Amino acid sequence: MSHSLQGEIALVTGASRGIGAAIADELAAMGATVIGTATSDAGAAAIGERLAAHGGHGRKLDVTDGAAVEGLIDAIGKEFGAVSILVNNAGITRDQLLMRMKDDDWQAIIDTNLTSVYRTSKAVMRGMMKARKGRIISIASVIGLTGNPGQSNYAAAKAGIIAFSKSLAREIGTRGITVNVVAPGFIDTDMTRALPEAQKEALLGQIALGRLGEADDIAKAVGFLASAAAGYITGETLHVNGGMYMA
Amino acid sequence: MSTIEERVKKIVIEQLGVKEDEVTTNASFVDDLGADSLDTVELVMALEEEFETEIPDEEAEKITTVQQAVDYIKAHSKD
Repeated sequence: MSHSLQGEIALVTGASRGIGAAIADELAAMGATVIGTATSDAGAAAIGERLAAHGGHGRKLDVTDGAAVEGLIDAIGKEFGAVSILVNNAGITRDQLLMRMKDDDWQAIIDTNLTSVYRTSKAVMRGMMKARKGRIISIASVIGLTGNPGQSNYAAAKAGIIAFSKSLAREIGTRGITVNVVAPGFIDTDMTRALPEAQKEALLGQIALGRLGEADDIAKAVGFLASAAAGYITGETLHVNGGMYMA
Repeated sequence: MSTIEERVKKIVIEQLGVKEDEVTTNASFVDDLGADSLDTVELVMALEEEFETEIPDEEAEKITTVQQAVDYIKAHSKD
């Protein structure tokens, strides 16, 4: 298991911190050549340093910039080989009650969290089709299944990722490419640390295991879906939420 | 050096997994050779690589037979 991703080229978006960083580390430890992206040059350099021991790299990428996405995936193909594992992790929140939500709060979330998945998936398609194999794993959220007040934009984007993945799984399954989703619950990251204390308490009460998840819990699930062991799983959403929501 | 027609037919045979004698000039990828929509997309990808050209989506949609592929390549190929 430990080196089961030897020879694979993995692209992980939003790999600076939190869940994305843990995923990049896990795939690298499993033997993949990992390229992790950050929105700044400094972030990309930090990823490069972190992954250097495993031969990984950091790159700057704004996932809302279609040309940049295509350019990076093209460059990775030339430098390392075609991306064979794509992990769509980059995401943001702009929480607001709908009555107070601005168009920009809606659009920014849809663009960064959902349209980005369309862009990156489309850009890796040619390489994976030719290789007759590939793994596309996107990080959604339990909120995309349960909904949450103040997160109508975020929930819509995350649910969109799930439906997108099911459709794509049906489109390209015959080419040996699997498309899956990991839906984290309440994970201890910068994103959840920003939540109001009362909301955190309320959420904790709903978790069967009675504690927050770790970024590494999500990374292990992604590592499994990326591995050969998960070869017959596609169009699936793997819930990693400590029993906060049971599908 | 193979002719464009021979090279196109070779790609069609490889991509669609059909027999050489099925790939007649007027054969339709979908109706005669059993291609589905994804097969036709891949076929265009393979033609683009073989002939080092880019076929825009709106043009690609019009290429539905062996002859149409040959005609397109003849009109647009560098070689």
